This record gives sequence, structure tokens and C-alpha cells, in this order.
Amino acid sequence: MTAPVEAGPQDVTANTTWPDDIFDVLKRADVRQVGYVPDAGHSRLIQRCIADKDIRDVVLTTEEEGVALAAGAWLGGQRCALLMQSSGVGNTINMLSLSRSCRFPMLMFITMRGEWEEFNPWQVPMGSIVEPVLKECETEIYRARKADEVKGLAERAVQQAYGDERVVAVLLSQELIGKKVWTK
Amino acid sequence: MSLDRRAAMATLVADRGDDLLVVPGLGSTCYDLAAAGDDDRNFYLWGAMGGAAMIGLGLALAQPDRRVAVITGDGEMLMGMGALATIGVQHPANLAVIVFDNQAYGETGGQASHTRNGADLTGIARACGIGTCLEVSDKAGLADLAGRLKGLKGPLFACVLIDPNEPPRVLPLRDGVALKERFRAAIGVKA
Repeated sequence: MTAPVEAGPQDVTANTTWPDDIFDVLKRADVRQVGYVPDAGHSRLIQRCIADKDIRDVVLTTEEEGVALAAGAWLGGQRCALLMQSSGVGNTINMLSLSRSCRFPMLMFITMRGEWEEFNPWQVPMGSIVEPVLKECETEIYRARKADEVKGLAERAVQQAYGDERVVAVLLSQELIGKKVWTK
Repeated sequence: MSLDRRAAMATLVADRGDDLLVVPGLGSTCYDLAAAGDDDRNFYLWGAMGGAAMIGLGLALAQPDRRVAVITGDGEMLMGMGALATIGVQHPANLAVIVFDNQAYGETGGQASHTRNGADLTGIARACGIGTCLEVSDKAGLADLAGRLKGLKGPLFACVLIDPNEPPRVLPLRDGVALKERFRAAIGVKA
């Protein structure tokens, strides 16, 4: 008989500061809409966005909604960013054609799964192809492996996305987020 | 009973005013909107199937003092039905999502869509918490919808039953960058 297992505390980012660094960069860039699918790795950043009165937090049913949301925001003169985990990248691919065909800025912060201390092998197939798939979609990719890299990379990504009207992804390595805790 | 698609589009965008921004779906509704008269405040889609309602949401949130009408087809709406749940959460007062429902995929040969066999988009929108949900199948209903769009107190969803015919295509501009730039210039947002 299999012992019952349940997820541990979900805010794995409670004791980290890099989500605050991303939040500060988004605020300085005057990002006004943030789309997201709920994600443990982004939980702190999502909470900061929800708590901010000038940021409209838009919870999505699937990540591709966020690509279309960002296009609409830009048409209306606002900057939008999208938060997702690596499995969500696969959901965005066709909709990224919208960003690419029209040169809409598309700034994505992607928490990686399936690459380090991963309990769930079903995260590996998508996690392992995030970079090549995004490259094929003409995405500028920045990879943060250490917490102190996040701020600088986020700043470069902001400039490239909104200044150059490009698709840009900041990949947040699984080492940054830590191991998902599965307990009895 | 159902309505002519070109006449329905013309009715909805007649005397549109400077503040009505329109996002059609790809395919027939895009041609319908072009046939009703080109306007810089139309953002024609040639792809992004399933994305029209979410483009409308992002736009409506960014431009709360203007009205946004997404006018799309049943197939396009079916592909992005989650957007109705997302819009239900955001409840933007200035957004209308209007589906021209011919119960078929017109662009690919008229194959039956899910709405022909029971899928009820209006019921889905209502269940997602969108405050006003209408089914329109005659000219009186269309006139009522056009009036509600003028004084939009949204969010509003409407399913307009239309004839399953394919009028000659009226093809608008296809250059996505040009469409984006002229739209932004028309509403005065900075680069």
C-alpha cells in the first residue's frame, strides 16, 4: 500500500529575495499588468503583485492567455509581464506568433522544473526543451542560476522587451527555487 | 432564425464614435469588420486563434475610458474558452465579447463546430460570472445589443446567431507591425 503523500508548504520562495528584485524591476519599468498561472516558485512575486495597487494581477487559466493579454495591454499603452513555470512554455508557442508577427513586447519570467532535485519525472520532458523551443521562437533568453544574478538580468530583459519590442524570457533555475517538499 | 453576418457587423459598428476599439477574430469576423469600413482602431487578426478575447481584456484594462468590442467566431471562442473565466474574474466594465455563431468552421470548409451539437457559449459565459449574457437571433435583439454596446456597462457577452453563408472576402491589411502602430497612434499612446 502506498503511503499518503501531500505537498508541503507551498511558498518555497518565502525566504528568498530574488522575487523582490524582480518586483522592484517591474515597478521601475512601470509594468501595469501581470498575468500568471499560479505557481509555487512565483508565489512570493505573485503576492507582491496582488498587493500593489498600481499593478493589475490577472490570473489565467493557461499561459497562452497571457501572451494575448500582453499584446492587448501594449495596444492600449500599458506594459504587461507574464509569470509561469517551465511547463507553461509549451502552452504559449502558437500564441507567440502574435508577438512575433506584430513585434509586441513579451516579457516572461519562467521558473524551471525538471532540471535539479526534481521529485516529479513528468516535469522533465517540457523542462528539458524550454530553451531550444524558445530559441526557435526568436526569444532572447537570459538564465539566472544564482540569486544575485536575477536583478541585472531582469533589467536587461525589461530593456530588450519594451525598448526593442522583442520576446524575452528570464529563466529562473530550479536551484533558485529549491526542492519542492513532499511530506507524509 | 438567424442574421446576416455583414449586416450584423455593420449594425454593431455603425456610428462607432472615437472611443470604440474593435478586435475581431481571425477569419470571417475579420473580413466582416473590414467590409464594414476600415478604421485605425480595428486590430485585425490573421492568426492567434483563441486569443481575441484576451487581447480585448488587456486592451480594456489598459484603456478603461474607451469601449472594447471583441467580435469573433464560435470556433475562435471555443479555442480560448478559458478567457471567459479570466474575464469573469476581472470583470472589466468596458469590455464586450460578441460571438458570431454560425455553428461551423467557415474558414476550413464549414465543418460543424461544437455549438451545432450542444455547446452553449452563452451558458458558459454566464457560468463564468460575466454579468450580462445575451443570445441574439433577430433584428430586435441585434438593435438591443448595439444599444448596450453604445452605453457599455460590462462585462457583456453576446452570442449572435448568424446565417451559415460565406460572403465574398474583404481582406484588410495583413502587416501586423503596421496594424499595431496605426492602432496605437489612433488612440494616442506613446511609443
